[in-house]
Amino acid sequence: MNLTLKIWRQKSPEDKGKMVEYKVTDISEHMSFLEMLDVLNEQLVEANEEPVAFDHDCREGICGMCSLYINGEAHGPDRGITTCQLHMRMFNDGDTIYIEPWRAKAFPVIKDLIVDRTALDRIQQAGGFISVNTSGNTQDADAILISKHAADEAMDAATCIGCGACVATCKNSSAMLFVGAKISQYALLPQGQIEASDRVLNMVRQMDLEGFGNCTNTGACEIECPKGISLVNIARMNREFLKASLKG
Amino acid sequence: MSVLNSKVPEGPIKDKWTNYKDKVNLVNPANKRNLDIIVIGTGLAGGSASATLAEQGYNVKAFCYQDSPRRAHSIAAQGGINASKNYQGDGDSDYRLFYDTVKGGDYRSREANVYRLAEVSGNIIDQCVSQGVPFARDYGGKLDNRSFGGVLVSRTFYAKGQTGQQLLLGAYSAMNRQIARGKIQMFNRHEMLDIVIIDGKARGIIARNLITGELERHSAHAVVIASGGYGNVYYLSTNAMGSNATAAWKAHKRGAFFANPCFTQIHPTCIPRSGDYQSKLTLMSESLRNDGRIWVPKKLEDAKALQQGKLKPTQIPEENRDYYLERRYPAFGNLVPRDVASRAAKERCDAGYGVNATGEAVYLDFASAIQRYGKEQANIHGIDNPSKEKITELGEKVIEEKYGNLFQMYEKIVDENPYKTPMMIYPATHYTMGGLWVDYNLMTTVPGLYCIGEANFSDHGANRLGASALMQGLADGYFVLPNTIGDYLSNEIRTGKIPTDTPEFDAVEKDVKERINFFINNKGTKSVDYFHKKLGKVMWDKVGMSRNEKGLTEAMEEIKAIREEFWKDVKVTGAENELNPELEKAGRVADFLELGELFAKDALDRNESCGGHYREESVVKEGEQKGEALRDDKNYAYVAAWEYTGNPREAKLHKEPLKFEFIELKQRSYK
Repeated sequence: MNLTLKIWRQKSPEDKGKMVEYKVTDISEHMSFLEMLDVLNEQLVEANEEPVAFDHDCREGICGMCSLYINGEAHGPDRGITTCQLHMRMFNDGDTIYIEPWRAKAFPVIKDLIVDRTALDRIQQAGGFISVNTSGNTQDADAILISKHAADEAMDAATCIGCGACVATCKNSSAMLFVGAKISQYALLPQGQIEASDRVLNMVRQMDLEGFGNCTNTGACEIECPKGISLVNIARMNREFLKASLKG
Repeated sequence: MSVLNSKVPEGPIKDKWTNYKDKVNLVNPANKRNLDIIVIGTGLAGGSASATLAEQGYNVKAFCYQDSPRRAHSIAAQGGINASKNYQGDGDSDYRLFYDTVKGGDYRSREANVYRLAEVSGNIIDQCVSQGVPFARDYGGKLDNRSFGGVLVSRTFYAKGQTGQQLLLGAYSAMNRQIARGKIQMFNRHEMLDIVIIDGKARGIIARNLITGELERHSAHAVVIASGGYGNVYYLSTNAMGSNATAAWKAHKRGAFFANPCFTQIHPTCIPRSGDYQSKLTLMSESLRNDGRIWVPKKLEDAKALQQGKLKPTQIPEENRDYYLERRYPAFGNLVPRDVASRAAKERCDAGYGVNATGEAVYLDFASAIQRYGKEQANIHGIDNPSKEKITELGEKVIEEKYGNLFQMYEKIVDENPYKTPMMIYPATHYTMGGLWVDYNLMTTVPGLYCIGEANFSDHGANRLGASALMQGLADGYFVLPNTIGDYLSNEIRTGKIPTDTPEFDAVEKDVKERINFFINNKGTKSVDYFHKKLGKVMWDKVGMSRNEKGLTEAMEEIKAIREEFWKDVKVTGAENELNPELEKAGRVADFLELGELFAKDALDRNESCGGHYREESVVKEGEQKGEALRDDKNYAYVAAWEYTGNPREAKLHKEPLKFEFIELKQRSYK
């Protein structure tokens, strides 16, 4: 198939940036979206132009490095996948595709389609851990019994890949799905109880400091999340936050 | 001739590590605060090492090329992590895990290292659970296990098909705790481009800030390389796009010996290639072989019809299917080790029985598992005389719980529903057992330079068993290195801060700068990817699953020619002082073009078949094992450690003889 691409180009954080149009031809429907961009970049290198910079690494939907706002949707038109798992069979010959970076105050553009997501790391550093030393002097793993239900639910929350699609999708640029997922993973497990209050207060404080917005329950994040993280996690975070705040 | 000293402690294998720890030199907590350690890479090995070293009190500087330490490719490991907990009561023990690993590695690993690995394996699970890693549980609340290839027990712990992700996020959370305390300084989007050696000791690195292009000098009392394997030398592999060998290769060029580069794992269950544009291959976890049965048609005409799309696999009756692994290896069946399964798939496809358009695919079929689980569930739920549809529905639910994410991944890529039609799979490069040579302390031949995880060579011999990479990464990082590094650093407590304004740093930075300037100014005609693909093709065709003297000799010449063309004609767009992915790739491919040649040379030197290294000249000629790989212990029971001498083809061979005191050397049999 032949496609018209309209891609956000921005040389540096200071640059103003603009949409630029490109054509690609003979794209196979079996290609992944990023392979289609590889084809474009080979074309650009051939023509001595600078290729489009975009983040990507594992290309199997788990590292969370790839992003891209495609035709107005985080990770493009398909559901339950990251951009690297999006295949060209989702598009038709002759389509015009708009490709933009994640847009959020807390995610400044570095270059073209690459944004800075270290704000998410800083939220994790504020409390996204259990304070145990890694020296190995812990009790036997089976000494802590955890119900299958709790373990499965914690796993569902822990499956977040930290890509930031929730933030990019949210009209308020809220990171609550991301933060709620981490809070929930530990809130559901006995190991996480001891630091539960500090954790939720510190992570939420950092989230606000980074300039992420609030949740107004539109639910767009849940729909675009490549790992299907549920809104329930935001509700659980709010409960944990309330509980911790009342405790003082 | 050898200068290699593995420094394995004396004593019975069960006591070596304990005795070692009792006697090793320690650094007191006050002195640890004055010692700096650089860690390259933040995967399971690097992440866990950074966290533990920082916790002990050292000042850690951690580097990764990704935008966050959580993105390291350990995250993509699917199936699980081994540990000799014996929770299933099926006869597991440290010794058995040790034995399975040495045997699975085809007797080319160092006994003492492997035993230590088995010994600390249980503790990894304890550690991870206390960190909040949500491993799968059974209904009684206890940890659940599954089986992996090459073993007869269930010792694999897992978190759905995302075990690597959960373990890495555990290590990442431990890192975050130390980053928050200021004990780890994290350098995201930084790439180590060379190592600085002063008075024979590793003292620092030159790193490039990938956003600004600035070159930075970082000094330390020890440098730890945890940058993963070199599978991308094949261009197509299951590695991440950015996975590279630069840190390890630069260390090699500055004096660290490179061991067994030809030991590479071609994983049997990957999604087959679909076209020339393909940028990477996707793994389907080995855990699928617990429930999936591998087959091709018995009749050549059926295979032809499948290849032409005229027949569907579900239309082929049971009696016309060749479950070739169950046929050839009745004892292990579909769970033979990876090297064996890969070669068997290649053998069938080479004989014309491949099942897709390219003829390079076999089936992995879940139909019988779905029926088996469905009936079991019907019993559990007390459903009498369940219909076939009900059984299928219940069975598919069980399969979904176990492998849901893998099935979804497959469906998105191939556009077929694997619950209804068998998956297609084919072998692909996945893991490299070879790497920098290290002694029992995990130190390379350069004092103060350590290497852990996939980047070193030590534990997996010629073939790695499934679910053992995660085990080794975390064992090295959490438990081994933090104990061994003190032995060296105890002699560094009087050194003081290491300055970076020295002639040694000047010289290395100059080298790095010159190379970058060359790339930017070369203005050739061909892209970096052009050369990478060309190298990958030579590697796959001649240094792939099946190797012979003629092919390997040719490969060495061809790789040299590609390298020469690369240095004449490579084109790198953009500038050096900005984010420039083409420039990053150029540096990595330049190193692969050297490593590939050493790889072929090592494969040529080792005229035996062992593990993932299969030499056509060395096979069993007669009897029950006819056609199987033939190891040659008399001539090749050694680790090949190569010393760089200015040109990969002239690398000097040093041999570390492998002594097997606790395991009897045997030809592997999975029949």
